[in-house]
Amino acid sequence: MKRTITALVNNTSGVLNRITGLFARRHYNIESITVGVTENPSVSRMTFVVAVDSMQNVEQVIKQLNKQVDVLKVKDITDESIVARELALVKIVASPQQRGEVAALVNPFRATIIDVGRESMTIQITGDHPKVEAFIDLLRPYGIKEIARTGITAFNRSTKKPVTDPYRLTLIN
Amino acid sequence: MSTKLENKELETVEEPKELSGSSMLIEALAKEGVEVIFGYPGGAILPTYDEIYKTGIHHVLARHEQGAIHAAEGYARVSGKPGVCVVTSGPGATNVITGIADAMIDSLPLVVITGQVATTVIGTDAFQEADIIGITMPITKHNYQVRSVDEFPRILKEAFHIATTGRPGPVLIDLPKDVSLATGLFDYTKEVNLPGYQPTTIPNRLQVRKVVEAVMAAKKPVILAGAGVLHGKATDELLAYVEETKIPVVNTLLGLGSFPGDHELFLGMAGMHGTYTANMAIHESDLLINIGARFDDRLTGNLDHFAPNARVVHIDIDPAEIGKIIETEIPVVGDAKHAVQMLLDEQSESGDTKAWVEKLQGLKEEYPLWYQEDGETIKPQHLIEIIHEVTNGEAIVTTDVGQHQMWSAQFYRFNKPNRWVTSGGLGTMGFGFPAAIGAQFAEPKSPVVAVIGDAGFQMTAQELSLLQELHLPVKIVIVNNASLGMVRQWQQLFHGERYSNSLFPIQPNFVKLADAYDIKGMKVEKVSELKGALEEMIAHPGPVLLDVRVAKEENVYPMISPGKGQHQMEGVKPQ
Ligand SMILES: Cc1ncc(C[n+]2csc(CCOP(=O)(O)OP(=O)(O)O)c2C)c(N)n1
Repeated sequence: MKRTITALVNNTSGVLNRITGLFARRHYNIESITVGVTENPSVSRMTFVVAVDSMQNVEQVIKQLNKQVDVLKVKDITDESIVARELALVKIVASPQQRGEVAALVNPFRATIIDVGRESMTIQITGDHPKVEAFIDLLRPYGIKEIARTGITAFNRSTKKPVTDPYRLTLIN
Repeated sequence: MSTKLENKELETVEEPKELSGSSMLIEALAKEGVEVIFGYPGGAILPTYDEIYKTGIHHVLARHEQGAIHAAEGYARVSGKPGVCVVTSGPGATNVITGIADAMIDSLPLVVITGQVATTVIGTDAFQEADIIGITMPITKHNYQVRSVDEFPRILKEAFHIATTGRPGPVLIDLPKDVSLATGLFDYTKEVNLPGYQPTTIPNRLQVRKVVEAVMAAKKPVILAGAGVLHGKATDELLAYVEETKIPVVNTLLGLGSFPGDHELFLGMAGMHGTYTANMAIHESDLLINIGARFDDRLTGNLDHFAPNARVVHIDIDPAEIGKIIETEIPVVGDAKHAVQMLLDEQSESGDTKAWVEKLQGLKEEYPLWYQEDGETIKPQHLIEIIHEVTNGEAIVTTDVGQHQMWSAQFYRFNKPNRWVTSGGLGTMGFGFPAAIGAQFAEPKSPVVAVIGDAGFQMTAQELSLLQELHLPVKIVIVNNASLGMVRQWQQLFHGERYSNSLFPIQPNFVKLADAYDIKGMKVEKVSELKGALEEMIAHPGPVLLDVRVAKEENVYPMISPGKGQHQMEGVKPQ
């Protein structure tokens, strides 16, 4: 199963190494990871998507993260009401005649054309994972030259939905 | 009266002073009450050694950095205080990583200072540069590279705090040479401020109540006491709790001494070479109360058969240990002292365990640890028994890794805490002898006996120099079976008696080696000489090396073979 976990960490050199090393050593597969500074310049936020076999493993990931001195707060936000976004840059083959057609696709997805060459175009899309996937699928028939994607970055929405998932973690203390 | 107090307060308020990085280090060690540091100098750490020279701080010059770090571990294990180790960059630093890993897995508090090349050349593959931060990230509780002298006082203070609180562990500080020379303000008065590091020491009372209910409901409860009881200094509380509730106790290898070895409710060590009774107690229990043990695989055997009928309570200062290996019904996060005290406060009785205790005591009687005598050939188990006898069970015993370690755990009965120093989690050969040196520093008056295999001794034998130089009365007993005994045992049992590279066709003359270091050396080969030699060893005021030639093909029993469960022990009785 996939879980989305966020961690607030001290913005010190080597902290990313510390965290990813911890995952690698314990064979937890990170599907994506994003890092960026928060409103407090000495604190960074990391968002991980990890693939694990069981809730016990998620619990262990969280506990191991929590053990790090540089980690301030860890949350599994998978079952919560969250805002999650990722970004992709897609360079496709597009002849001058196809440009209009592509522009028409871009609009409903609120993507942006950010570069146009003689035989290619680069489009930027942001959104949640399914939206980005769907958009890339639509572009495939044109011929994709290159894709660069970020992992997801996420946090809780301002209003919380009640948690109903019976498998939610109960971490003591 | 009050003026006196005010004066005293005035005295302790110190103005921050302008100091170099290396003098900050020495100053911090003084403030932390560090009595001795173990180390080895070299280029990048020279300014610090210059400071050591000036201030005359007690420094022990090991003959190899591995010796220094294991000595620091031995010191930490016995004294409960952080062991401090100072080495140079590059090879000095890489030579301590085995000891750091050892301290990490056995939760020993260490503060390790490594020199580093100057900040201006870090990352250029400069002379004697090694990325010790990267190397030690997974084997330290935390590590730091000091980038500027201004942050050094804070880092030093944090390092000692992190190493010694919560679950203890090694903290490494990498100190670039230019930082150790640069000057800055030394202010050690500031409180440690680590929002990401807040160990929970006081358990949740609701959780403790759940334990109380579970104990009342249990018919076959057993306590598994690990090293967490020793680290948490909870031995008195544990004894009181057991006396009240009459719950039988088993130990992990590292937990030996946390509960009196000759108490009637003590069942021995559990695990691969534990007692049959201890393992069966866990196997048949309906309630397993783990206090400060981490369910190591050498303890549990095959997890599919581990405590199949038990509700599991796990008390640990490190929440990540709870549920890591064994699903836990009642987790209790907190230190052992608080947790057991809270249990005691809540509970003075248990359910009806009389039949259970009687059954276990019967097993204990029927399946004692055993060995067979063989004329004048010295059996290693017998050797350990006599060491116990001639030291009245009062010695600090350190061991290396292998058969002799297991025999020591089985046949030296530990009644008191902090007398047992062994490398449990990492299983580090070369540990036992230098650890004995550190232990002797922690308790200069106690007899310290290092029980070492003939192979492991040769990994750090150079530290004999320290015994001679520092007049340390450490007694070394080499359990000499002319082989890598434990490896040989496994080859015999699981590799068709193919003894690949585990037998020593020739051996050094250990007595002459001792002689070369000006240490009393003796050799014994016969049972009839054994007790006399050991008595002579103990009576001798200085260091002694005793080379004991033991039965070469003796195996450690009983045993849980790989893949087997705790209830499937072999060799529980003589054939
Ligand atoms: C540094 C290191 N290398 C290898 C091993 C694997 N090993 C475990 S026990 C053992 C044999 C130890 O022989 P010895 O020191 O003579 O002790 P004995 O088992 O004979 O008592 C070996 C090689 C180890 N534990 N540590």
